[in-house]
Amino acid sequence: MLRAVLVANRGEIARRVFRACRRAGVATVAVYSEADRDAPHVREADESVLLGPAPARESYLDVERLLDAARRTGADAVHPGYGFLSENWRFAEACARAGLAFIGPPVEAIRAMGDKSEARRLMAAAGVPTVPGSPGPVADAADAEAAAGGVGFPLILKAAGGGGGIGMARVDRSGDLATAFASATRRAQSAFGNGALYLERFLERPRHVEVQVFADGHDTVVHLHERECSIQRRHQKLIEESPAPGLDPATKRGLVEAAVAGARSIGYVSAGTMEFLVDAAGRFYFIEMNTRIQVEHPVTEEVTGLDLVVEQLRVAAGERLSWRQEEIVQRGAAVECRVYAEDPDKNFLPSPGTITRLQPPGGEGIRVDSGVETGSVVSVHYDPLLLKLVARGADRDEALARMRAALDATAVEGVRTTIPFLKRALDHPDVRRGALHTQMVDEGAFR
Amino acid sequence: MPEQIKAHITGVVFQIPTKTGDRVGAGDPVIVLESMKMEIPVEAPRAGVVTEIKVQEGQTVQEGDTVAVLE
Repeated sequence: MLRAVLVANRGEIARRVFRACRRAGVATVAVYSEADRDAPHVREADESVLLGPAPARESYLDVERLLDAARRTGADAVHPGYGFLSENWRFAEACARAGLAFIGPPVEAIRAMGDKSEARRLMAAAGVPTVPGSPGPVADAADAEAAAGGVGFPLILKAAGGGGGIGMARVDRSGDLATAFASATRRAQSAFGNGALYLERFLERPRHVEVQVFADGHDTVVHLHERECSIQRRHQKLIEESPAPGLDPATKRGLVEAAVAGARSIGYVSAGTMEFLVDAAGRFYFIEMNTRIQVEHPVTEEVTGLDLVVEQLRVAAGERLSWRQEEIVQRGAAVECRVYAEDPDKNFLPSPGTITRLQPPGGEGIRVDSGVETGSVVSVHYDPLLLKLVARGADRDEALARMRAALDATAVEGVRTTIPFLKRALDHPDVRRGALHTQMVDEGAFR
Repeated sequence: MPEQIKAHITGVVFQIPTKTGDRVGAGDPVIVLESMKMEIPVEAPRAGVVTEIKVQEGQTVQEGDTVAVLE
């Protein structure tokens, strides 16, 4: 097993990884910025190292300082969490060169899936259905125009070098393509240092369904079933659940088989997620693979009873997967709500500040993964995710009812949060009956 | 009549797409703030000429701070 894990992250995911380390009997090292001196994740680790000033590029994104912290504390492994450097293949490579186990997939898998256009090409070659789109990146607006003929309108421009919705633009007409291309390529360039774009058909009201995969370094690849994550704003998820309500069994079978085949084809190791869009007819299309633990992994843990992060530690230590496919079953249902410091009534505008009071919920079937506590300062420098509420039930209705009560029992004062939005969403008849699609928030369903 | 353009949110100045003397229309971004990984433009409330920019890239501004002056 590993000796000591440095978590190159902050907030709730750092605390989540530390919990797994304690379960596995592995020592923990926290890193932090000057803004996070008093953060709970720093106190909970066996050792902690100050990286630098608050801006992420001088702290959580500074590879040299992270490697130095690992050297100084004797850590033999690095867990990147999600965001920050988690999908940066150069960081994974730098860890390997420094003799540290990177708790995640091989460098080549991160690199291939990080190039979203290359990922589409590789998955199509492995027999995984992809959204109709340009075969590769397009060089300029004229190139985009030529490719648009084969893709059809409406279409969506996407950054080849990144995700998270940055550099994406919907284009309804040929006449709007040149302007949209210029603006999206500029944004992609500034966010990812790579202005390359590719085109995809824009699907009307699809569902977002993803499959959790897990592989060891000994040729075993399994799936841990699906998660439904259609309720999103700015292409970022707000509510996730497992199982996906009303998913046709044939579609489900196709999804998990495609996900396992896709992961196997690139020699994947550790936890990963294959993301798909599913249309009204049950056809599904690969959109991207996240080569890391995801924010919403707890819903999978709650329905399978398995600990994904402990398994990541074991696999990083070279062990075989401890589960066989037929042992991995969904029992009951689980739902997660993300509480962000954002004002849902002002188009999810960030709401930094100090949390003057935090009252988390409790009770049967409720799990809270929080990065903050009363007195925490919510800084402008980082992602606005405060905490995740997870509710498990014998079935979907029970999980949703427990979540609704948990939202009522949660108090966060001092910053605005997405809680009022989450309550409205859970009260919506279409959510109650499981009729979900990715455009619901933009269409104003929960105002 | 000069008008102060104020930040509507706390953030870090990410970009300054305008310079002193620029003519802007209502709703044009005068500066762009970054807060919690989001880019948020501070827009001109009306058409006019930017007579002063009071911030620099990388600077932290508080909600309500004046970031530019419009004439």
